[in-house]
Amino acid sequence: MADNSDNQSHEEDLEHSTRRGFFKQSTAFGAIALTPAALVRAAEHQWDEKIADAFEKMPLNIEVNGVKHSLKVEPRTTLLDLLREQLDLTGTKKGCDRGQCGACTVHVNGVRINSCLSLAVSNEGKKITTIEGLAVGDNLHPMQDAFIRHDGFQCGYCTSGQIMSAVALVKEGRTHSREQISEFMSGNICRCGAYSNIVKAIEDVKNNGL
Amino acid sequence: MNPFTYVRATEASGAIRALGRDGHFLAGGTNLIDLMKMGIVTPEKLVDITHLPLKHISRTPSGLSIGALCTNSEVADHPLVLKHYPLLSMAFNAGASPQLRNMATVGGNMMQRTRCPYFFDTALPCNKRVPGSGCGALQGYNRMHAIFGASDQCIAVNPSDMSIALTALEATVHIQGARGGRILPFADFHRLPGDTPEKDNVLEPGELITSLTLPLPAFPDHVHYLKIRDRSSYAFALVSVAAALQLDGGNVRAVRLVMGGVAHKPWRLGAAEDFLRGKPATVGNFRQAAYLAMQGAKAYAYNQFKLTLAPNAIVQALKTASGVTA
Repeated sequence: MADNSDNQSHEEDLEHSTRRGFFKQSTAFGAIALTPAALVRAAEHQWDEKIADAFEKMPLNIEVNGVKHSLKVEPRTTLLDLLREQLDLTGTKKGCDRGQCGACTVHVNGVRINSCLSLAVSNEGKKITTIEGLAVGDNLHPMQDAFIRHDGFQCGYCTSGQIMSAVALVKEGRTHSREQISEFMSGNICRCGAYSNIVKAIEDVKNNGL
Repeated sequence: MNPFTYVRATEASGAIRALGRDGHFLAGGTNLIDLMKMGIVTPEKLVDITHLPLKHISRTPSGLSIGALCTNSEVADHPLVLKHYPLLSMAFNAGASPQLRNMATVGGNMMQRTRCPYFFDTALPCNKRVPGSGCGALQGYNRMHAIFGASDQCIAVNPSDMSIALTALEATVHIQGARGGRILPFADFHRLPGDTPEKDNVLEPGELITSLTLPLPAFPDHVHYLKIRDRSSYAFALVSVAAALQLDGGNVRAVRLVMGGVAHKPWRLGAAEDFLRGKPATVGNFRQAAYLAMQGAKAYAYNQFKLTLAPNAIVQALKTASGVTA
């Protein structure tokens, strides 16, 4: 453990010195246009890293799967990266990172969205539900159970996004026909092609309740 | 993504003041964050406007008012929209995916950039992204591109489905700037590329879209939004047609026709509308209208197919909207 923490602090030092170096270089080479004004000022005045950090990071209060978090996040951090990298909730997957595949689908205040295109800081005060938040203890959510029983996946990479989208779909009442289910699940791409079994799983949950 | 300063605004005038020279408003982010990840847009500051009170959908004496921060799905599913303006719901639901429609706002939809692959690839020339660098699409792979209103500087198309319906419904755009507000017809919001393709629309720096109004009488029935694309859902239009009719017996009393996927802005088919008005709603007349609509169309190496697809789509949209099949 001691070794680990030594490593960690060493890495932090490295990271800080690198960042400080970047500021100096930015100023020296005139790349100021690409850097927020606050950072440029911090670099020019050679302020302490902590002050620069304060400029870089924003406070964020967010509730994830019923747990409240008070965090500091860099404005560029997407909700997806916050979940995976800062909160260790790696059930939400990064597929395209461009809003084209749906692997990163989560619920924000009960509504399904692509977490890769949402900045974490713009989710202040919101309630997030991820795939980790569906099961109650050892009892799987009915949609998770249905995906297993109907073999609604092959490699599984898209599955958490598919399930999050499917749970929302049933709540939205978009399950009147197979065609409607397919249309309103079209934001979730499955490259293994498990679509027919995904539709069966959703029909099962629709018929037997969430 | 480049570093930026993030500011959260609570009222419109504050958001406009906070914007500065290189700032961008952030609403749903579905287009802007994507463009920032690609290095195509590199704002120094983002002003988060999602907390502004611009989320109403309400009746007005002359029709319906829609706040610019309503999401696409909120508008598409709203009872007043479904009842009076079903064409708009159809167009929304033809666009993007349910997740994106839950994020993307009405104002943001109006501001979305073209999906031209040359615009999206920073290694290639694009007058819209880097004015003066040339148009890669003109001599390149231009299958998705314009057949109307293009210039030798840019042949990109506007990707919005919503905007096609709003043009057909003759919506009005309400804009707020540092020196007050202005109102303009939706059809005048987007522009043709000309010599300044970097400008998608007529919004001035620092101006904020606050709401849209939709007039009555509307087109509550006999409407259709036909979208032709490479897969059956979740793709941009090759060609789309918004058709809205008021029928009087078997005659066309009023008609609106607008095409998407064919120009830098929603392309209203005025000649076709003029031809159809007052005439019997027959497939023969629909075909003649489509023929008139296609006058002046110009295709490039890879989008010749649009010269056939577009008139066929016009006829099909009119048939579906009217219920007339012969």
